Amino acid sequence: MSARLARDLHPVAWWVWAIGLAAAATLTTNPLLLLLLVAVAAVVVQARRSDQPWARSFRLYLWLGLAIVLIRVVFRILFGGVDGGHVLLDLPSVPLPDWVAGVRLLGPLTLEGLLAGLYDGMRLATIVICIGAANSLANPKRLLKSVPPALYEVGTALVVAVTVFPQLADSARRVRAAQALRGGVDGRVGRLRRFLVPVLEDALERSLALAAGMDTRGYGRAGDATRAERRLNGALLLGALCGIGVGTYAVLDTTAPRWLATPMLLAGVAVAAVGLVSSGRRVRRSRYRPDPWRIEESLVALSGTAVGVIVWWIAGHDLAVAHPGVESVPYLDVAALGAVLVGLVPAVAAPPPRLAVAPALAVGA
Amino acid sequence: MIELRNIHVTYDDAAAPVLDGIDLTLDEGELVLVSGRTGVGKSTLLGVLTGLVPRFSGGTLTGDVLLDGTSIIDTPPRERAHVIGYVGQDPAAGFVTDTVEEELAYGMEQLGVAPDTMRRRVEETLDLLGIADLRARDLRTLSGGEQQRVAIGAVLTTHPRLLVLDEPTSALDPTAAEDVLATLTRLVHDLGLTVVLAEHRLERVVPFADRIALLTGDGGLVVDEPATVLATSPVVPPIVELGRAAGWSPLPLSVREARRHARHLRVLPAPEEHPATGGEILLTAQGLVVTHGRHVAVRDVDVELRAGHVTALMGRNGSGKSTLIWTLQGAHERRSGSVAVDGADPARLAADRRRAHVGLVPQTAADLLYLETVGEECAAADRGSDAGPGTCRALLDRLAPGIDPRHHPRDLSEGQRLALVLAIVLSTSPRVLLLDEPTRGLDYAAKRQLAAIVRDLADDGHAVLVATHDVEFVASVADDVVVLAEGEVVSAGRTREVVAASPSYAPQVTKILGAPWLRVDEVVAAMEAAR
Repeated sequence: MSARLARDLHPVAWWVWAIGLAAAATLTTNPLLLLLLVAVAAVVVQARRSDQPWARSFRLYLWLGLAIVLIRVVFRILFGGVDGGHVLLDLPSVPLPDWVAGVRLLGPLTLEGLLAGLYDGMRLATIVICIGAANSLANPKRLLKSVPPALYEVGTALVVAVTVFPQLADSARRVRAAQALRGGVDGRVGRLRRFLVPVLEDALERSLALAAGMDTRGYGRAGDATRAERRLNGALLLGALCGIGVGTYAVLDTTAPRWLATPMLLAGVAVAAVGLVSSGRRVRRSRYRPDPWRIEESLVALSGTAVGVIVWWIAGHDLAVAHPGVESVPYLDVAALGAVLVGLVPAVAAPPPRLAVAPALAVGA
Repeated sequence: MIELRNIHVTYDDAAAPVLDGIDLTLDEGELVLVSGRTGVGKSTLLGVLTGLVPRFSGGTLTGDVLLDGTSIIDTPPRERAHVIGYVGQDPAAGFVTDTVEEELAYGMEQLGVAPDTMRRRVEETLDLLGIADLRARDLRTLSGGEQQRVAIGAVLTTHPRLLVLDEPTSALDPTAAEDVLATLTRLVHDLGLTVVLAEHRLERVVPFADRIALLTGDGGLVVDEPATVLATSPVVPPIVELGRAAGWSPLPLSVREARRHARHLRVLPAPEEHPATGGEILLTAQGLVVTHGRHVAVRDVDVELRAGHVTALMGRNGSGKSTLIWTLQGAHERRSGSVAVDGADPARLAADRRRAHVGLVPQTAADLLYLETVGEECAAADRGSDAGPGTCRALLDRLAPGIDPRHHPRDLSEGQRLALVLAIVLSTSPRVLLLDEPTRGLDYAAKRQLAAIVRDLADDGHAVLVATHDVEFVASVADDVVVLAEGEVVSAGRTREVVAASPSYAPQVTKILGAPWLRVDEVVAAMEAAR
């Protein structure tokens, strides 16, 4: 088999795939299914992550998931909840005043309560881990760059905001070290001031330097849109905003006339799309080496979507698999197993990632 | 090509205008050096060209800026981006993206350059600047010289006709600075680019300059051939100082020219080396090893600092100088080895006791300052160090007399601010003093003052260690030199011996007259003695 060319997959493809898996996780409390989803995400991340800094974050998300499960279970023990069932440990109940009626502190610990907490925590943890998988597979900044041209400026602002945080951490470390070199006022306010003033001054100076740098390099050039075109775009975007606002309100408020609900929302979205396209066309800006969308991207996105759709179908038709409850032992059937395993497709279908220090040909793939 | 006509700039709270009726015409394909003392308005002049003054600085600007005869004074910087490229003092602060390749493309994306043209220009620029091997690197992992070259490349991709640089070599070690300057000269010669740059370290730039624009300090500007301007300029590199003292005409601007003139000086008796004075050892470090993760920042370094001695710590960017300094001070954790100051290990002392043994002035000295006036800073330093009231102020008056206590520390000049930080650090009366890159942003006069201060402190019984890239500063003040590479000591010894043996760390006088000459004042003294 000939070697495959290494390239970075379109970030949107990874996100669609991950959101598909996360959506599947929200639809089930079957612990086997959830574990399988985590395993699928982990395998794909192992197979297709690059060696860039963000790629190392997946382990952090796994720890975060574990923490979520633990916290959820501990809460179950502390606040009890389920009455009846198999009592594992008969803890005394702490009496609480009347105004917190409905909340019980401690009390008998039941197997059912514990399991319910565990399943619930696992579901949340799986969602977080799926999103984490997307974050470690796709460069978050490149995702921001894939926004439509009309939103380019907002996208750049977000990218810059993301960059500022590590810089702020650097400058905080530097100032803390520097302030230890001198005597000065102590006390809580004094110390805070000693720390904050130089950090904020530094942040302000950096921001100004960056703004000056961006301005001299042409960020925010006016382009050649005429006054009338700019007005039209403004009107379109305002109209879209109103439509979406009214529509959302009517969808949520059941007493509002129905014609204000879904139709209004759809109209708003449509106008917004027209506005984005029309203002995007006027923007005189180009993109350097945009990520292409090829067959691999479609496969990856489709596999994630398929997982979500099939699990949604199972949740509707086979309640015993999707929500096994806490009384019986959870099990999987072929449909559920197959559904989740579809999520493994990217581990093979996606091209190997480009490595910073590796030849462009990944041998043996 | 670009013409400044009768430019006046006045900042809001200033009594006198910074630039007062300045005219400057820039031609195609020339390299113009903007020079002058600190605070005379070099950055302001550059800002007028780029359009950042007054938009980002405040103040009022009158006069006219003409591009090929049309006025662009009301055009904001972003609309000048296709003609004028600008690289600021700290190139890393201006980076927008996170990899080299994307940074090179950023400006072109803003201008809407066609994708295939972009692709081609990025490749051309990578080759032109010799940074092709850096293309996929994260910008934050680059060394200072690499960052500077990427920043230059990032503005070159838009094919500007004028490149404006603010202190492009001030943060760089001598070799990296030479690389950057060689790149700029190549751009001027090959592409016909016009380059305007402001720089304090004239010894690095003067040989490359076609003309010098000297800001006189009263708002005026003198523009002429380098030799003519330098004959009377208040800021001159050592080579010109030597030429003036020896009465050479025309003034030599490069080491090669000066060597020809210097033949008759070879007969002078060599300066006598003062024997190493045996001051007591105040700080001993043995077998220091410091690691950052897997990277070994300092490997097996021994250091001895003696009372009355100034030791210079040199080495390229990222060779472990700062790490070593912070480890000696005790704030940075070491992996193995020992440090002893007065018999105590500073790493085991609490921060306030540590300050009484070792004083440190970090690279960004302003990080130490947090109050509104100089007087408050001094009072806070006195209270924090149990020194009597007025200790810090007395020190400050010795280091830099006559600073108004009501001034805000940020309004002081670079040199004054450094003196204030030094006074604050010294108010706990440490006997060992460590300075990390103190000469950044200082002009020749301020550097001379700093050298005098450092010498004075050493004569007072302090042991001083200065990490710096500035070879001329080292020549003027250091007794010993330690050169680091990759965290290891590659040479250590008396300044004359170490510096003479290394072509990149030799000061200009050594390059002209050979070892053991180091400083202009030595040559002048010898000439007077011979007369």
